[in-house]
Amino acid sequence: MTTWSKVPRRGWTLRVERRLTRPRWVQVAVPIFSIVLALLAGALIIALNHVNPWAAYKAMYDGAFGNGYGIAGTFVKMIPLLLAGLGVSIAFRMKLWNIGAEGQLYFGAFLSGGLALFLPKWLPGWPPWLLISIIVTGGMVGGAFWGIIPGYLKAKLEVNEIITTLMMNYIAIYWMDYVVTVLWRDPHSLGFPLTPQFDRSLWLPRTPGLFFLPANHRVHIGLLFGLAAMALIWVIMRYSKWGYEIKVIGENSRAAKYAGMNIARNVILVMALSGALAGLAGASEILGIVHRLQHQISPGYGYTAIIIAWLAKLNPIAIVLVSFLFGGLLVAGDQIQITMHMPGAISSILQGLILFFVLGGEILSEYKLRFVRREEELS
Amino acid sequence: MNRHRIGMLVTFLVALSMVLGACAKATPAPTVAPPTATPGPKPMKVAFVYVGSVGDAGWTYAHDLGRKYIEKHVPNVTTSYVENVPEGADAERVIRDFAQKGYNVIFTTSFGYMDATAKVAEEFPKTVFIHISGYKRNDTNFDNLFGRMYQMKYLAGMAAAMKSQNGKIGYVAPYPIPEVIRHINMVARGARSVNPKATVQVVWINSWFDPPTEREAAETLLAAGCDVIVTGSDTPGPVQAASEKGKWGMAYDSPNACDNAGDGCIGVPHWNWGPTYAKIVEEVRAGTFKPTGSWLGVKDGLVDFKFGPAATAAIKKAVNEKKQEIIDSKFDPRSGPVYAQDGHLAIAKGDKLTDKQLLNMKWFVKGVIGKIPGGEPAPTAK
Repeated sequence: MTTWSKVPRRGWTLRVERRLTRPRWVQVAVPIFSIVLALLAGALIIALNHVNPWAAYKAMYDGAFGNGYGIAGTFVKMIPLLLAGLGVSIAFRMKLWNIGAEGQLYFGAFLSGGLALFLPKWLPGWPPWLLISIIVTGGMVGGAFWGIIPGYLKAKLEVNEIITTLMMNYIAIYWMDYVVTVLWRDPHSLGFPLTPQFDRSLWLPRTPGLFFLPANHRVHIGLLFGLAAMALIWVIMRYSKWGYEIKVIGENSRAAKYAGMNIARNVILVMALSGALAGLAGASEILGIVHRLQHQISPGYGYTAIIIAWLAKLNPIAIVLVSFLFGGLLVAGDQIQITMHMPGAISSILQGLILFFVLGGEILSEYKLRFVRREEELS
Repeated sequence: MNRHRIGMLVTFLVALSMVLGACAKATPAPTVAPPTATPGPKPMKVAFVYVGSVGDAGWTYAHDLGRKYIEKHVPNVTTSYVENVPEGADAERVIRDFAQKGYNVIFTTSFGYMDATAKVAEEFPKTVFIHISGYKRNDTNFDNLFGRMYQMKYLAGMAAAMKSQNGKIGYVAPYPIPEVIRHINMVARGARSVNPKATVQVVWINSWFDPPTEREAAETLLAAGCDVIVTGSDTPGPVQAASEKGKWGMAYDSPNACDNAGDGCIGVPHWNWGPTYAKIVEEVRAGTFKPTGSWLGVKDGLVDFKFGPAATAAIKKAVNEKKQEIIDSKFDPRSGPVYAQDGHLAIAKGDKLTDKQLLNMKWFVKGVIGKIPGGEPAPTAK
């Protein structure tokens, strides 16, 4: 019996081998091919719903990008995704797994919401632009604070940041529940968990220059915050010493240590910046769109941001594009319910499929398949 | 494991949870009657914005039954809906989208849609907007609508106390808002009308729809000795949990809620939106619609009570009699004396809880065990 298994059998076998280098065309073609595959897989699911996939995709495209209202809706969805996506991307650059953007967004919203409710009473007569600046800064401070806590624990005590950032999401979301139910509940809301509406002068103005959108569009200047944040991160990563340190620590923290870089300090700083951007997403969402605090201000922007950051390969400019596309995908999800009468879950399914295929393609493209003779393998 | 791989893994898990979550929510596409070209009444397009999934077997499902009722009973009408619309930025876009696509009546069925509905209603004066469970309205095209579910919760309390062997009733409570608080209070009042020693123990779960948490809350209450679980959240999970332990439960929201809730389901106080929705659509078509801020009861057919497998003949008789008394205005669950949780007289005999007091209720009546986050003291009868 034992001899039987040792008999060399003839034939060919498949072997998976790591690629030493990846040609540039592979780096570009693989993600595109992966997205096409994801859309094909999505088409299969759509067809199983007895809907023509081509018609469904066309309806999605028309809904999200086909007219001014669709594009405006896409921009509105894009703003928090962009800011939170940039936030997590800088942490990921350092291989710091901040999955707490959702909580940082909520805590930023809490702090800026509090300022928006009380500042007009404390500082009567101050110009609105100054108040808005303070409020928006407050949102960033809130998000940064929520990011610094797990950052500090990681830096000083080596506490796993995946766990702490995730758990702190729940704390922030329930804290928001407490704030709107008990702490700052509007006495005129019939007991519903809402704060009063912010003073109209504190609502974020619309982004100027979007003449191609309908006059009543809701694209607030959070979009400009997002683009400014993109530029900031691009400059930090490309030109600053700090960006260099972040990259080195991310690639090889031991080497960074030998080079004399202060890892603990960088962990805390990066978590602060990461949280501040998520907090800015929260602040701009409540000042620009919701205009009061309530629970459910974010339908998971902080989590979608993680997907966006990875799909964009942590490149800030690519994050702008990917968050625009994802904003469109979310808007399209509502559209196909209205026009095609399909379940709304289809856009979440597509989101997941795109990520699976792109990341899957990414990993597979690091390897190559080779046919080898069995004898060769045994030798 | 390489750190880069951990990041990938985390991202994969997030994506996986999103896909699985989406799959759990996926429901078959609705069938929609094609618009007919036959001469007849003016064609009407009716839209619904749902906060949950039509497959939730609860709140959204009950509204969707209303939508199906319209399709079946109102001539020359087409309907459409969007489900799982979060109460933040998305609501306004979805509502405006329906208005732009020429829908005549738009029902927005969650409290958090109120501001968004009000805003879009201002922009589209020719479209009628009906917001469920809020308090804002205007004089022409924006109305709020809700039901006096507390009447049915009183009946639920009676049935629960008649079934209970130890008088200990548990309540799975979603949010500490007046709607939920008055429902809990009415269950306690109904229960104590048949067993003066009955108590209602409250567990807050801070969600309308969260199947595992709903079940856990019910199991906690069962472990604390309650033998009847009344739920105020959307799924029949708490009733199933009670059934599995050989105890009893009272479901909520939809007339079908007892169907998959086990043998322990005593009954369900449920919504019956269809006829009211149909009436509104016909009024809009005829041009006679006027916002009035309706709060309709069992008399108008908006709320009702249905028995489950665990309802005995005695329970059915007592509940049906009391329901008829409410319909005939011979009995009102609001009438005093009402004692507050600490035992003091809040509403004197001969007086009634006013609608305003019910809509603002932030205090518990006697017999309720629990605390309201952000609660306020009960009034004192003069």
